[in-house]
Amino acid sequence: MSFLTYLINGLSLGSIYAIIALGYTMVYGIAKMLNFAHGDFIMVGCYIIFSVSAALSGNSVIGIIVAVVLCTILGVTTEFVAYRPLRGAASPLAVLITAIGVSYLLENIALLIYGADIKSFSSVITWEGVSFAGGQLKIQGVTIVTILVSVVILIALQLFINKTKQGQAMLAASEDKGAAALMGINVNRTIALTFAIGSSLAAVAGALLCSAYPSLSPYTGAMPGIKAFVAAVLGGIGSIPGAMIGGMVLGIVEILSKTYISSQLSDAIVFGILVVVLLVKPTGILGRQMVEKV
Amino acid sequence: MKKVKRVLGAALACVMSVTMLAGCGEGAATATTGGSGSGTFKIGAIGPLTGAAAAYGNAVVNGAQIAVDEINEAGGINGVQIEYKSEDDELNAEKSVNAYNTLKDWGMQLLVGSTTSACSIAVSEYTKEDNMFQLTPSGSAEDCVKYDNAFRVCFSDPNQGIASAQYINDHNLATKVGIIYDNSDVYSSGIYQKFVEEAEGKNFEVVSAEAYTQDNNTDFSVQLQKAKDAGADLVFLPIYYSDASLILTQANTMGYAPTFFGVDGMDGILSVENFDTALAEGVMLLTPFAADATDDLTVNFVKKYNEKYGETPNQFAADAYDAVYIIKAAIEKAGATPDMSVSDLCEALKGAMTQIETKGLTSAKMTWDASGEPNKEPKAVIIKNGAYVSAD
Amino acid sequence: MNKKQTKNNLITYAIVIAFYIIVEIMILTGNLSSHMKGLLVPLTYYAVIAVALNLCVGILGELSIGHCGFMCIGAFTSAFFSRATEMSIPTVPRFILAFIIGIAFAALFGFLIGIPVLRLKGDYLAIVTLAFGEIIKNVINSFYIGIDSKGLHFSMKSAMEMGMDKDGDIIVNGAMGITGTPHNANFTVGIVVLLITLFVVQNLVGSRDGRAIMAIRDNNIAAEATGINITGYKMMAFTISAAIAGAAGVLFSHNITTLTASSQYFGYNASIMILVYVVLGGIGNIRGSVIAACILYLLPELLRGLNTYRMLIYSIVLIVMMIVNWSPKIIEWRKRTFGRMNLKLTKEA
Repeated sequence: MSFLTYLINGLSLGSIYAIIALGYTMVYGIAKMLNFAHGDFIMVGCYIIFSVSAALSGNSVIGIIVAVVLCTILGVTTEFVAYRPLRGAASPLAVLITAIGVSYLLENIALLIYGADIKSFSSVITWEGVSFAGGQLKIQGVTIVTILVSVVILIALQLFINKTKQGQAMLAASEDKGAAALMGINVNRTIALTFAIGSSLAAVAGALLCSAYPSLSPYTGAMPGIKAFVAAVLGGIGSIPGAMIGGMVLGIVEILSKTYISSQLSDAIVFGILVVVLLVKPTGILGRQMVEKV
Repeated sequence: MKKVKRVLGAALACVMSVTMLAGCGEGAATATTGGSGSGTFKIGAIGPLTGAAAAYGNAVVNGAQIAVDEINEAGGINGVQIEYKSEDDELNAEKSVNAYNTLKDWGMQLLVGSTTSACSIAVSEYTKEDNMFQLTPSGSAEDCVKYDNAFRVCFSDPNQGIASAQYINDHNLATKVGIIYDNSDVYSSGIYQKFVEEAEGKNFEVVSAEAYTQDNNTDFSVQLQKAKDAGADLVFLPIYYSDASLILTQANTMGYAPTFFGVDGMDGILSVENFDTALAEGVMLLTPFAADATDDLTVNFVKKYNEKYGETPNQFAADAYDAVYIIKAAIEKAGATPDMSVSDLCEALKGAMTQIETKGLTSAKMTWDASGEPNKEPKAVIIKNGAYVSAD
Repeated sequence: MNKKQTKNNLITYAIVIAFYIIVEIMILTGNLSSHMKGLLVPLTYYAVIAVALNLCVGILGELSIGHCGFMCIGAFTSAFFSRATEMSIPTVPRFILAFIIGIAFAALFGFLIGIPVLRLKGDYLAIVTLAFGEIIKNVINSFYIGIDSKGLHFSMKSAMEMGMDKDGDIIVNGAMGITGTPHNANFTVGIVVLLITLFVVQNLVGSRDGRAIMAIRDNNIAAEATGINITGYKMMAFTISAAIAGAAGVLFSHNITTLTASSQYFGYNASIMILVYVVLGGIGNIRGSVIAACILYLLPELLRGLNTYRMLIYSIVLIVMMIVNWSPKIIEWRKRTFGRMNLKLTKEA
């Protein structure tokens, strides 16, 4: 029974990683850049929900809506101001470093506004959850909601990309920006749209992250962000189902390795498994094989 | 043309770095010799003001500031005013040394810092070299005070580990104890080690000891589940309140309610914004300071801190506040004056420290011996109805 | 090596030596503040590791975001050696041996890690280097090594597990790391290490091997077709890069006398900081890395007066510098304006 409990905890953690990884992978797939500031968008989302809920005496639904809207605006603005000028730069590292700059910037703004001390976040999900086997196996509401939300987002994204014109434009832009532009696709607008979607996902991820682990500081998003990045790579970066699988695998491995091997070395074990997986499948679980042309 | 431009560029870069260095060299003249000459005592403080540990550094800096303001308002130390300045170290020993050097350039004569253990140890190598008096409010690792010019206000890590094990034993609090500690933190693993050593032969058994790291401090379900499965009726948390608040929340959601036992890092948990204090009900901690104690000193300090910084002070702030008053007491005892050199001042205070007996926020009576360790009694408090109550 | 390159290399040495002389003069005449004096050694080891990373990122063309892991290995092995033999070997040979040990271990791990890592490509390679950096840090945090009259003791669990005598000396104490490493590093040593590093890397770049490495970076299939041993050269560059990072680690541990394997020094964030130096200095530009490391390390220190706004301003400066230096449009604009200015100048002349 306790194995099941651990597994569910792993799924819960994994689905949070998955939602963050979806945002990472969307942006990477289309803009071909690692948005290191993605984790900090999550943190911004959390603080917005925190502030709005406090101002409206606990109404978290409005808080989430405001957070999604503001994070979307933040994402699009960041793309326009900091990332777009560097599109087509001589090295892809340029935009990576800029993203790190944005990450520092957001963390330090939050530090100035909210201070460094942690704040306790009231869960946006008030449902207690369900219990089985006479209370021996308890699944928390937030766990169920997180898993459901991640699945819904996954399906919605797949439908959007495969069935809508905008989604097809994204696919085209990810394949070949030049050719897509020639076909009449506004590449800049498509990338901005990607950032909008990625950042709004960050706000949702923030709400769920802080509901499951209710402690909020300017650095809340950094570590989950990097773990989700690992998850996205594990699943095959650029692949949307891959991000989902990568996130789940990472979450479960993290919890199970802490449980059965060593809590001291769990970080090492998680990263060790990543190394092993990438050695067997060098482009991640669902990644496409890159064909090299001379 | 191109070549010329290149050479020019390189030369420019060279000149630029040198001028950058020189730009900060202006304060150099007053730097090494000390003795401010302006007739004030210059006290510096170091702590992490940005970065993940900023909450602790800010508390130290603010706590000391309040003490300095009070002393200055009341006419200073022997009629001499205090000048006070703080520097950021980002919880990085290297930056902490940089901060120390910056303060030295400013003319610092006495150091309150560093806030954290590793930084404090690194800085003590330099204060030793300069023979500057160092009083760390919260650097609790054993090595922080290994030199004779360094003293501390807080308890040492081993001291806390031993005291906790003894307290649990003496009060028959538990038969099976689980531990959750931070494997990446000097403070936490230091207390953990001593606690386990001391637990040998006591009337309780350590049934689970699970670690986490600062890179992995969101999910505690495994550590809690293991303690629960092992039947621990008390969980020892030698960690800071920020992580502890998360552990309490998660224990509550999984329906696990042992006695939680913390050390001084736990203080501050009740003032976490928006934290449901009901979750901390029954938590015990060994701490020298409780923000809602009713003695005049604490009430006055908490009120001032709240007014000035809009927060309830934690143990770090209290330690720093005491540190400034301890320095004041030592200066008064030694009859030191601000025109003394840094080294002379240090020698005078070193002698005075072992003679003074002070009363502060963190203890009604504190004395020191030459080792730099404070002699004071840890107080056990228990959280009842959202407030700290003496446990004895 | 052609003439132009030699001249270029000489300029780099000249800059470093000139900087050293100027700083020494300023110290002698008392014009340098303690703050700046304290920054000199860190400046040298950050310059060294930036050069090491540039070898990996710029010359070899593989993005590594775990280079501080190698620095960590160099730091810990050398600090361990110095602590263990502090009583038995005099300072100078001990410090030299510490360098050899730190570099050798970092190179060994660079080699071992390079075998799996270099089979991967692009971002996958980057993430695996990040993973190794984190693994190194996490594992070292669980190491306990001590010495007593019976010899060495070792544990991965806790200090008590080692079963040491009471008078034993715990050298590596888990998260508490190594304290009391002798404070041997100084500015002169740092500059010497930097010069040696520059010598090694610049000569490598100019050599036949270096050209082979850059050929792999530019087009590995074409390089392979011309008979270049791709794996061998990649391993060589990566191992040398790791070894140099190890040397930076030795300087680090013998400058800051308390050493802990925490994220501030050796985590991915620290590695990224070094990457920032490399990118801003110019990818593949060795001299640029040295200069950028100096300027970017000094910047937040010089901004100390701004207190809490310090890191905020630093991040804004970083973003702006990146855009100004790398944006294709701005580069074009710069070329046009300054090109015109140049044209005018030559006309006037």
